[in-house]
Amino acid sequence: MTGRDAERSGAGPINGVEHVLDVRKLSKVYGAGETAVHALRDVDLTVRRGEYVAVIGQSGSGKSTLLNMLGCLDAPTSGRYLLEGLDVAYLDERQQAVLRNRQIGFVFQAFNLIPRTTALANVELPLVYAGVGRRVRRDRAMAALALVGLQGREDHRPNQLSGGQQQRVAVARALVTGPALLLADEPTGNLDSRSTADALALFDRLHASGRTIVLITHDDEVAARAERVVVVSDGRLSETARR
Amino acid sequence: MSVVEIVRFAVRGLVANRLRSLLTMLGIIIGIAAVILLTALGNGASQYIQGQIAGLGANSITILPRQPPESAGTSGRPLTTGDVRALADPQGAPDVASVSPVAQLSASVDAGRSRTDATVVGSTPTYFPGANVQIGTGRAYTDADVEAGRKVILLGRTVADDLFGVGSDPVGRDVLVRGVPFDVIGTLAPAGQGQGLSNPDENVLAPITAVQGSLTGFGDLSQIVVQARSTEAQAAAESEINSILDRRHGIEEPDNRDYQVLSARQLADVLDDTLGAFTLLLAAIAAISLVVGGIGITNIMLVSVTERTREIGIRKALGAPPSAILGQFLVESIILSVVGGMLGVAVGYAGTLVPLGDFRPVVLPSAVVAAVAVSAAIGIFFGAYPARRAARLRPIEALRRE
Repeated sequence: MTGRDAERSGAGPINGVEHVLDVRKLSKVYGAGETAVHALRDVDLTVRRGEYVAVIGQSGSGKSTLLNMLGCLDAPTSGRYLLEGLDVAYLDERQQAVLRNRQIGFVFQAFNLIPRTTALANVELPLVYAGVGRRVRRDRAMAALALVGLQGREDHRPNQLSGGQQQRVAVARALVTGPALLLADEPTGNLDSRSTADALALFDRLHASGRTIVLITHDDEVAARAERVVVVSDGRLSETARR
Repeated sequence: MSVVEIVRFAVRGLVANRLRSLLTMLGIIIGIAAVILLTALGNGASQYIQGQIAGLGANSITILPRQPPESAGTSGRPLTTGDVRALADPQGAPDVASVSPVAQLSASVDAGRSRTDATVVGSTPTYFPGANVQIGTGRAYTDADVEAGRKVILLGRTVADDLFGVGSDPVGRDVLVRGVPFDVIGTLAPAGQGQGLSNPDENVLAPITAVQGSLTGFGDLSQIVVQARSTEAQAAAESEINSILDRRHGIEEPDNRDYQVLSARQLADVLDDTLGAFTLLLAAIAAISLVVGGIGITNIMLVSVTERTREIGIRKALGAPPSAILGQFLVESIILSVVGGMLGVAVGYAGTLVPLGDFRPVVLPSAVVAAVAVSAAIGIFFGAYPARRAARLRPIEALRRE
C-alpha cells in the first residue's frame, strides 16, 4: 500500500500531519493601487481531519474567494496554504491538477455536471483523469452513486434528473476519488426544502463516516448542522462557539 | 489518462454537435475533393495528349524554315531539295530512315457540286510512314506517280465528307484543286482532332512533282519530314540534322539558325511542361480552398471552446491536467479534418467517374496520399490555437462563466 492510498482512506494522521488544511495569513487582493479590493485579509484557518466546518458570511464577504483558494482554483496574493502538509504555492499547473483530482472533492451550488453525459460518466470523470482502468472506474462510480442513494439512475442525463438528484450526482462525483477534503459551495442554494434536508442528511452521514468537510453557506440553518462555524466578514475570519 | 479516453471525449464532443461538425467538415471535404479532382483532370488531360502525340508518330521529325534573328545579319536560306539529298545521305545521317520533301499550300478543292478549303501537301511516298499517315480507302501514290508527276490525290476524311458526303468513298472521282484537275486514288484514315501542327483530316495529299508543277512552282520547300530509324534514335537523328543543315546553311551560332527542327518528342516535352504548370495552378487554387476549410475549423473550434468554457472549468476542477484538455480539443479538430479529408477523397474520386469530352480524369495515387496527410496536418495546425486556449483557461475564470 502506497502512502497516497493510505491518505485516500481518510482515517488517521499520515506522516504526523494532523491538519488537512493549514492556512496562515492568507490574503487576496484584486486589482492594484487605488482601486485594489481586499477580498481576504490575513486569514488563519486550520481544519482537523474528520472535521465538519461551515463558513458563513454575507454575499461579498469573501467566503467564495476563500473556497477558491482552498480548492486550488485560484492563487492567493500572499500567505501560506498547506494541504495535507504540502505547500500548494510550489506546485505547477499540472501538479495542482493532480492535487485537485486526488485530494479535493468539489460540490458546487450550480451542480456543474457535464451536460448530455450520463450520471455514471459524470461520476467516472475524475477517475478518468486519475488514470483508473475502465472496470475499476465503473465499480467505484457505481458504489459512489449507491452511497448517495442513486442506484438505478446511472444512465440518466442531468436534464432527466431533479435538482436534488443532480446535486447528489455531484456529491458522488466529489467522493469517488476518496479525497482528503470535501469542499461544498452553497450546496443547498439551488434546492427546495426537501432536497435541502436530503443533502444535509447526506453530509451528516459523510461526516459520521469520518470525511473532512468544508461547507460554505449564507444559511444559518445549514451552518447549524456543522461541528464548527467560522464567519467571514469583510475579508476577515472569526470563529464562533464550537458545538 | 490514456489516449483512448481523450479520443472518446473528443468523439463525444463532436457527436454532441452533429450538424456543426458536419458543416465544418464540409470545408475540408470540398477542399480535398477539389485537389483530387483537379489534379486528376490535369493528369487525365496529360495522358490524353500523350496518347495523341504518340499517334503523330514517335519517330517523326519536321524541319521548318525560320526567320533568323536580326543579329544574325542575314535573312537566311530556304530549305531546298539539296538539303533533302544531304539529309538522305546514310554516311552523314546514319540514324535517319527516310527524308520527304514537302511542298504545301492552302487551296480550295472543288468537286463540282460542292467545294471546301484544304491544305494541299505535296510529297513523296516516304511521307506516309514519316508523318504516320494511314490510308483509309484506295491506295497511296507511288514513286512512279512522283517521277511521272501524275495528278493523283488522296483526300483527308473531313475533306472527303465535305465534298462527297459523310462516309463516302470518292475513289475514281475527279476534284479541281485551284482549278487543276486531280484523280482521287484514295482517302486517309480518320486521325481525330488536333494532332500536332495541322489536322490531317483536313489535308489532301498529292505527289510533290504534281503540286510543284501545277500549283506552287519548283521553288523552295515548305518543310522536310524526316523519319528516325527508331524512337531511341530520334535524339541522335535530330543532332545529325542540325549538324548537316548548320554546315550547308553556314550557321555558327545555334541561335541564328534559319530553320527549326520539330519532333513529337519535343512537342510532348513542351506540352508536358505546359500541362504540368497548368495542373500545378489548378492544385494551387484547390489548396486555397483547403486553407479556407482549415480556417473554418479554427473558427468552429474557437466557438466550441468559448461555448464549453464552463465544461472546461468543471473538468479542470475535477483534476484534468492542461495536457488532457489540449489533447481533447486537438483530437476533435484532427478528427474533423481527417474524416473530412477521407470523405473529400471519396467525393473527388466519384467526381472523376464523370467523363469530360474526349478524356477521363485519372486520379493520382500520390494526390490521395498527400490529401489525407495534408488534412491531418490542417487539423493539427488549425486546431492548435483553440486547443491551447482551452488548455490555458484558468479554472476559476472558466467556472465563473455562465
